[in-house]
Amino acid sequence: MAKIPVSMTVNGKPVLRWVEPRTLLIHFLRDDLGLTGPHIGCETTHCGACTVDLDGKSVKSCTMFAAQAEGASVMTIEGLTAPGGTLHALQEGFREMHGLQCGFCTPGMIMRAYRLLQENPHPSEEEIRFGISGNLCRCTGYQNIVRAIQYAAGKLSGVEFKEAAE
Amino acid sequence: MIPAAFNYHRPKSISEAVALLGDLGEEARPLAGGHSLIPMMKLRLAKPSDLVDLRAIAELSGVREDGPDLVIGATTTEHELLGSPIVAAKAPILAEAALVIADPQVRYVGTLGGNVANGDPGNDMPAVMMCLGATYHLVGKAGERRVAARDFYQGAYFTALEPGEIVSAIRIPVPKAGHGYAYEKLKRKVGDYATAAAAVVLTMDGGRVESCSIGLTNVAETPLWAEDAANILVGSTLDSATVARAVAAAEAITRPASDTRGPARYRTKMAGVMTARALERARSRAI
Repeated sequence: MAKIPVSMTVNGKPVLRWVEPRTLLIHFLRDDLGLTGPHIGCETTHCGACTVDLDGKSVKSCTMFAAQAEGASVMTIEGLTAPGGTLHALQEGFREMHGLQCGFCTPGMIMRAYRLLQENPHPSEEEIRFGISGNLCRCTGYQNIVRAIQYAAGKLSGVEFKEAAE
Repeated sequence: MIPAAFNYHRPKSISEAVALLGDLGEEARPLAGGHSLIPMMKLRLAKPSDLVDLRAIAELSGVREDGPDLVIGATTTEHELLGSPIVAAKAPILAEAALVIADPQVRYVGTLGGNVANGDPGNDMPAVMMCLGATYHLVGKAGERRVAARDFYQGAYFTALEPGEIVSAIRIPVPKAGHGYAYEKLKRKVGDYATAAAAVVLTMDGGRVESCSIGLTNVAETPLWAEDAANILVGSTLDSATVARAVAAAEAITRPASDTRGPARYRTKMAGVMTARALERARSRAI
């Protein structure tokens, strides 16, 4: 099948690649661009490990063709860290609150939480749980994931999150 | 999981899209959010020769008022319904239903048009559209025709949509101001299709039901409009005896499959429970 040109902005940089139309966005990011932060988990739109930010929306990149992201601005977990290597408040929160165990779901969790906090900077615990309901943690470490997001919400708004991780 | 190869097209207008679909033949498919089609393609249960991506067609998106109707473009996403002030003011049941569809990521991308056109009995919006008396605008090479949601669904994945046609918009008569509404969905977990769900829109007058409409999700091969059940309630005070008769009438038209969501008898019973709950909540909201 003839390849088609696909161009988009990924983590602030313009990219152009010729790909087969059937190339999924997750494969475009991982295989064509070498961004292996977004993970391939269930491949069936359930687990959210492949979540990236696309034009201000959280999307499951396993369920979108790269061609559908033509012209879009995409951010992966690699784009979240500041240029000097300073962790984003969410990354710091996941470290401080033990928000990961095996870490497989973490890039998707963090990218989903990033958009959630953009839309709702002060979410309640219930809103966090509903907001990340499209992301599965098979270690079942949700309690500390919620705390990590609370930590980041606090840090981003200048309020320290007091509760320690258990 | 890599889909079979296909040709990709990105038309800029409805006329360009339907001309393409007409020329490419029956193996070509329109692509909106793709959150039903792409999973099917990854499983190779669908192998379209061509995908005609509708997302660049501006005229297919957005919510507007047109006289007594709400007209919603087919590629309007579930997430956009949640944030629409017009939806919130005129037909809030749409937002209530959108919020229980799948998960946040899917709602950002999945479209109303895809949800109603797909023909999967598990989709939530078709029963809501039957409940509201919505009409679908279908556009093909030969022009536009309009089909009532209540006449659109023929079987699982079989609808009145002809090859080469797309749903361009959904037209909803705005329910009377002060109407009560509810969409009650029983599901095992976030992201699951309904074990059973019920949509209710009603109006009250002097403590009695003035009008009532009920739609049911995922308890037959098609969404169901429970016309008899609703008619039983008109004129009543929603007293428990009348509600019980209406619930029995709603249960009587269900033909659910026995599957991982439960045996058929259970799902029929849950359709009744969802109907009763939706009626109760709709009444509490009616002015």
